[in-house]
Amino acid sequence: MHGVFLFCACVSILAVALICVFLFANGIPAMKEIGLFDFLLGKRWKPGNDIYGILPMILGSIYVTAGAVVIGVPIGILAAVFMTRFCPDRLRRLLKPAVDLLAGIPSVVYGFFGLMVIVPTIRRIFGGSGTSMLAASIVLGIMILPTIISVSESSLGAVPESYYEGARALGASHERAVFLTVLPAAKSGVLAGVILGIGRAIGETMAVIMVAGNQAAMPGGLLKGVRTMTANIVLEMGYAADLHREALIATAVVLFVFILIINLSFSILKRRSESK
Amino acid sequence: MSNKVLNKTSSVPIASALRRGGIRGGAKIQSALLRALVYLAAGLTFGALICLILYILIKGIPNLSLDLFSPTYNTENVSLFPALVNTITMTLLSLIIAVPLGVFSAIYLVEYAKRGNKIVGLVRITTETLQGIPSIVYGLFGFLLFVTTFSWGYSLLAGALTLVIMILPVIMRTTEEALKSVPDSYREGSFGLGAGRLRTVFKIVLPSAVPGILSGVVLSVGRIVGETAALIYTAGTVAQVPPNLLGSGRTMAVHMYALWSEGLNTEQSYATAVVLLLIVVLLNAASGALAKKITLK
Repeated sequence: MHGVFLFCACVSILAVALICVFLFANGIPAMKEIGLFDFLLGKRWKPGNDIYGILPMILGSIYVTAGAVVIGVPIGILAAVFMTRFCPDRLRRLLKPAVDLLAGIPSVVYGFFGLMVIVPTIRRIFGGSGTSMLAASIVLGIMILPTIISVSESSLGAVPESYYEGARALGASHERAVFLTVLPAAKSGVLAGVILGIGRAIGETMAVIMVAGNQAAMPGGLLKGVRTMTANIVLEMGYAADLHREALIATAVVLFVFILIINLSFSILKRRSESK
Repeated sequence: MSNKVLNKTSSVPIASALRRGGIRGGAKIQSALLRALVYLAAGLTFGALICLILYILIKGIPNLSLDLFSPTYNTENVSLFPALVNTITMTLLSLIIAVPLGVFSAIYLVEYAKRGNKIVGLVRITTETLQGIPSIVYGLFGFLLFVTTFSWGYSLLAGALTLVIMILPVIMRTTEEALKSVPDSYREGSFGLGAGRLRTVFKIVLPSAVPGILSGVVLSVGRIVGETAALIYTAGTVAQVPPNLLGSGRTMAVHMYALWSEGLNTEQSYATAVVLLLIVVLLNAASGALAKKITLK
């Protein structure tokens, strides 16, 4: 049986190896054919004319993720502070499952909610079609909340009580004790949560497709439509062939590299916060 | 000015941090402001959740009708029943493969591997990597491997195998934690009575770890039910129950996406959202109850 267990443990290694091999083997030739420079920095994506530049999509992903961070990170960290330091135990027992539920709601449902509520609201206030970078950022901002909250909460909970008590003994108010001693002490854990949230946001597909407008052009502003790398793949994979298909796989390779970098910084931060 | 001087002379970080804003004066306003911000953030977070749930329920429940649950899909009834059946098939199929795989690998990591084993480190890194990969990348990989290389075409099997890779790290991690929380005295007692390692694992350690493993399983069921991007190009979007596992079929979440991309059936989308939401709420309650069971022990 020892061998069987060992084999099962190796399946995940095998899976990662296969994913890398298949993505890179199918994507890199396309990058070569299009030209790495033209592919990564090309501003036009016109599969009909064999023009494959994914800069608009890379920027789209980055902008939308940045928007989600601007909205989700402060709210998430403050909500985590609320749950660890500002709310009675009984309320916390209610809120914890609520955060889990927020994490468990399928992304299509988020997308649908965004499409039916957030998009029309933006249309009413700012005009235009409503499907925009702003809508995508708001939806993603909500979606990364549970990730940020739960990681921040556990690192806030791991701060020794003596920090807080020391600050109070020196005359600090409850709020100042929390924000000036407890929160800074949990810094690297909170940062790890933020990075994990960024990974979620940049990889999210369905919710973004439904609210972002998906125009394959350079992002034109908060209220204009954008297309992310993930959306690009889902929207066109269904009918793509030959170089077009390979260009889409190459888009996934770029996304994969982004994710690997994010993962790496997450695990470095996690190690650092654990070793403390 | 005096604050700066104090900061320089003080060697206690807490004290210097507290002095930064001045102890008196602005401190009260600052405290009130911070408190307001914290309450606002909590209100926004849970307000958004409540809004979303209420909105889906209020808009969706009136749209639930018997037509939606008729056994076959056509453009008249837009039935979600085939999607529901496919979701259940997909879940069972993925679990049958992923649970033994995940549990066995966790057993290897916790019970068999020796300290400093190189494979353990590699498995850790790869599972962490797997957890961060976006579902669309899984979908593309499943498409390239199962759908084209194995030439199965769009099929439930291709979808399920893609999902297996996706949920494997979840099951591994929760099982690992459950196994680790079994006290060593159990193992020692079993060894002391003459049982071998394998017997100890299956008769003593695993049974005590069951609630933990189950909560991981429930968590992965939630992911399977809500998954869309990994399935569109592996299991496909056909709105019927396929005759066998090599046929294409859409799950509930894919059904909802397909309704959106067709752009016609808003009412049915609301209803599908309600059903999805209910499933997720039930699963979360189940996983919560299981988690409670572990902590009670």
